[in-house]
Amino acid sequence: MGVSVYRLPWSAQLWWAVVFSLALAPFVYIVYGVLGNALGPDPAEALMHQTGEWAIRLLVLVLAARPLAQRGWPALFRYRRMLGLFMFFYTTLHLLVFAQVYVGWNVSILLEELLERPYVMVGFAGWVLLTPLALTSTNGMRRRLRQRWRQLHQLVYAVAVLGVLHVLWLSRSDIGDAVLYGVLLGALLCWRIWQAWRRRFARAR
Amino acid sequence: MTRKILDVPQIASSEITPEAVWLNRRNLIKAAAAGTLATTLPSSGFAVESPLRPLAYNQGECDACAADEALTPEEDATSYNNFYEFGTDKSDPAEHAHTMSIDPWSVQVTGLVNKPGKLNLEDLLGGFDLEERIYRFRCVEAWSMVVPWIGFPLADLLRRFEPTTDARYVAFKTLYRPAEMRGTRSFTSVIDWPYKEGLRLDEAMHPLTLMTVGLYGKTLPNQSGAPLRLIVPWKYGFKSIKSIVSIELTDKQPQTSWQQLAAQEYGFYSNVNPEVDHPRWSQRYERRLPSSLFKPNRVPTQLFNGYAEQVAGLYENMDLKKYY
Repeated sequence: MGVSVYRLPWSAQLWWAVVFSLALAPFVYIVYGVLGNALGPDPAEALMHQTGEWAIRLLVLVLAARPLAQRGWPALFRYRRMLGLFMFFYTTLHLLVFAQVYVGWNVSILLEELLERPYVMVGFAGWVLLTPLALTSTNGMRRRLRQRWRQLHQLVYAVAVLGVLHVLWLSRSDIGDAVLYGVLLGALLCWRIWQAWRRRFARAR
Repeated sequence: MTRKILDVPQIASSEITPEAVWLNRRNLIKAAAAGTLATTLPSSGFAVESPLRPLAYNQGECDACAADEALTPEEDATSYNNFYEFGTDKSDPAEHAHTMSIDPWSVQVTGLVNKPGKLNLEDLLGGFDLEERIYRFRCVEAWSMVVPWIGFPLADLLRRFEPTTDARYVAFKTLYRPAEMRGTRSFTSVIDWPYKEGLRLDEAMHPLTLMTVGLYGKTLPNQSGAPLRLIVPWKYGFKSIKSIVSIELTDKQPQTSWQQLAAQEYGFYSNVNPEVDHPRWSQRYERRLPSSLFKPNRVPTQLFNGYAEQVAGLYENMDLKKYY
């Protein structure tokens, strides 16, 4: 994503830097918290929460980019790839924290968590599906994969479903977060399906 | 003109800074000078908790009382809490529980007792011999602390009201006052307030079961369940119900809040047991707080939270996997 920046006019470069900094800010805040020992008595829980929340927030932004662009607000769409990669970054951090503090890098504990706890399985599956999307996010890969690239990257909607399921399964007594992200991502998914139908209908005519 | 000059503005009593805030302001300035403002200042700004009173107490005499492990720092034990009446984040209770008024307070004791009645705050703090007991506290979420509680055996309280021979269980309820408890006003909360818990009578009468009015030498802060909470050290933390307003003796096993919500996850007994997994968390290990990221303080969980010697007898011939 950095390669083409220098060809852009300075105002676009500035915007790129602003969006990049905003997306990076939660990470800086987290690192600050870790180094300053300011995450409270249970840093494991705090870190899991923060990395997970930022991942799903970025997912909402990424999926909202196209409908917003079609309604005359293309700003987000321009940075969709960057935001998608940040989303993968926070999801990966989330997984690394889980491996460090909950699993202790122990394969048998990991397997047990995956098999016995559905929300862990669902979250892990989401990360697995995201990985090829991150790896094929370059312009070169996009050219090489052509039509397949589009199909592959539609996996992001499956990731959204898994993400909401993950949050819902984790809710204990207050389903506020699950409802919030469920409604947002559900609406974006519905919009996408509606778009696809409309296109097919238009072509058929 | 003259009228205006003579018109001395009245200061509404609500505008007068309470002494505690004023004193606290000095501490804040000191803290800022020491560069620790960010960590000492609650995010709700200048909210001040009701001042905690020091308590007079004896050291607990039972064998199990003084756990020989390092105490969890007071600041951690009173800033990392589950008290869903004030929100579901661990920091919510410390931030928002100050809105709960705890004086006056009374606890109704009803049901299968010969002398139903109530206890006021003064009766609770002054009417029982208080002792300090250092217990391990194990949350079902797989974290744990070691806390010096101050209180008296629940048995002492129950005996005053003379449970009848029919009484088999004890049901507890937490205060439910939506105007003062923001978590109970959440539209997406699925708890049926007030929060309810229960014990079998023999569990309630067990000498380790503590009616708790303080910690770390002082009265309980609101986030820890002021002014009166239960501590049942061999059960998961959610059994240790906070801010109790009702104690009812019954002949039927009472419905508890978590059971009502997800019976397959939370049983009536909820004894700490590393062999019986919770569907969301493995119960074999716990994070002893404070923990750190790079050296996670992971310790193996013990059956009955290490109090098996004292309490295993209560569950003889019971399948603990079935009665979880």
